[in-house]
Amino acid sequence: MNNYFEKNIFVNHEGPIAKGKKAADKGLGYEKSISGCGLTGLISKNRTRLSGKAIVESLCLMNDRGNGLGAGYAAYGIYPGFKDFYAFHIMYDAPSVRWTAEEFLKANYHIEKIEEIPTFPVKAIAISPLLVRYFIKPLKEKLAGDVNESDFVVNSVMKINSEIDGAYVFSSGKNMGAFKGVGNPCDIAEFFRIEDYEGYIWTAHTRFPTNTPGWWGGAHPFTLLDWSIVHNGEISSYGINKRYLEMFGYKLTLLTDTEAAAYMLDLLIRRHGLDIATACTVLAAPFWKNIDNMDEQKKEALTALRLAYGSALLNGPFSLLFGHSNGLVGINDRIKLRPLVAATKNDLVYMASEESAIRAICPSPDKVWTPRAGEPVIVELNK
Amino acid sequence: MLQIDAKGMYYRELNQKVRSAIANGEKEITLKNVNGQYYIGDGLRGNAAITVEGVPGNDLAAFMDGPTLTIKSNAQDNIANTMNAGKIVIHGNAGDVLGYGMRGGTLHILGDVGYRVGIHMKGLKRQSPTIIVGGTAGDFFGEYMAGGILILLGLNEKDPRPIVGDYLGTGMHGGAIYIRGEVDKNLCGAEVGILEPDEDDLKTLRQYLGDYCKDFKLDIEDIMKKGFKKLLPISLRPYGNLYAY
Repeated sequence: MNNYFEKNIFVNHEGPIAKGKKAADKGLGYEKSISGCGLTGLISKNRTRLSGKAIVESLCLMNDRGNGLGAGYAAYGIYPGFKDFYAFHIMYDAPSVRWTAEEFLKANYHIEKIEEIPTFPVKAIAISPLLVRYFIKPLKEKLAGDVNESDFVVNSVMKINSEIDGAYVFSSGKNMGAFKGVGNPCDIAEFFRIEDYEGYIWTAHTRFPTNTPGWWGGAHPFTLLDWSIVHNGEISSYGINKRYLEMFGYKLTLLTDTEAAAYMLDLLIRRHGLDIATACTVLAAPFWKNIDNMDEQKKEALTALRLAYGSALLNGPFSLLFGHSNGLVGINDRIKLRPLVAATKNDLVYMASEESAIRAICPSPDKVWTPRAGEPVIVELNK
Repeated sequence: MLQIDAKGMYYRELNQKVRSAIANGEKEITLKNVNGQYYIGDGLRGNAAITVEGVPGNDLAAFMDGPTLTIKSNAQDNIANTMNAGKIVIHGNAGDVLGYGMRGGTLHILGDVGYRVGIHMKGLKRQSPTIIVGGTAGDFFGEYMAGGILILLGLNEKDPRPIVGDYLGTGMHGGAIYIRGEVDKNLCGAEVGILEPDEDDLKTLRQYLGDYCKDFKLDIEDIMKKGFKKLLPISLRPYGNLYAY
């Protein structure tokens, strides 16, 4: 295990950077992580597009929560000129891999634009994968019959991530994007020039990986379609969640537990049609002893939900934020093993691991509160 | 009196400044524009009074042994870890895991607190810690408590949430918890007994709450109007059969 870390993942000054899949195929994959990460997010309910400067400042205040082995940002509303196209952000271990992935994309998608994601030299980030973004739409003939467009895109992401060695799609939504890598929050922000983007929802994360690799693909946010997720904690049920997701065609290739949470949201909300509050009840289900004390109707509903979705329960300590095209949600585990603070100011809602991270960018909020265990904070954009 | 402007200052520099001021005999220090700096007051000895303006970071007053800290706003997680002596007065809310293994001194909080407050507090005779919370508390209040006193007041009558969460006093084997109002037995650990406070208890409460009320300019008679329940560990081996079959 240690050899694997040293040879392939943790050491990022030589050799492959975004590598990981091959080892996973050989059965060396890691199924667990424990981390003391930091997260922060904000949303303008009126869709005012805010520069990334604020979220960077908020995250950098919590620099010491991470250890420089992963940081990232996700933003919604950043590509208004291409809002009808899926924005694929792909990291490549080597330039040669790019052509394989692009052949696949060209065969299945209309490609409106290809460009390298703008990055700027940062001393602390000596080496990085090749980072390319694509604004694409599935070819019409590929959607013939009853092929669902979102399913088609999800399948493409799974196919690239699991079959094209050294290529990882780390963002695939519309008018949104994730930017992440191995480094401190400030360095990653400078590397991607996060402050040059303007979005109405932002999430950000600094990572402290302890028993899964600190590699580029393992940084948060994890995304799929419009879902993006940042997470502090450890999903102890990763194995159960992974096997459950695999039954629905998801392929978990990124060696970190948070990936399972991202795909679970896609499964529960988009494919199974649960509303967000219900999906949160699945992820952080009430204990049976509490269900037993509920009135009959509620008891019946929650019993059914727990029985149907036993394998979707996220067990273990977590606080997490997830963004989607219509809002931002924060939730923590059922016994509050990780911190989460929320605040509002006018149409803005903030959520972070520490109150000071909110006050760094919003010194006098209208309201500050700490959500109770398992109690989601669900914020939607105004229509 | 010394003032330190902590705006944008890294915690290490801030705490070094505080330490060297105290080493030079400073008795009164105000930290202005604090936001998120960790470890303030950690391991400090002596009797200095430190006022914090702004939200201090995690691990405030860990191992503190004597000084008085006054926090004028909310505070974060892990306050008073293994604190030995001194006092912390928080004029807002505070987070999770307060007073972990606390073995002496006083923690007064005007507002609400989070989860696992008073976890593993310990005390014996003269060396006994006290935590008093003005608002509500989350789950695991007084978990594994081995000594000292926890008082929970629920003073904000408009707060619709229950005064305390689940797993109250679970694993408790020493000390006492006083809760203003009624306590739901279903929330308590198996070893916890709910008692009516006797006259000695009321005397103890008045003594501790007198000090608390002075800190926050509250009227003790208003607080005492509503009754209290006293929680004590009453079973020695409540889980004796847990692994017996």
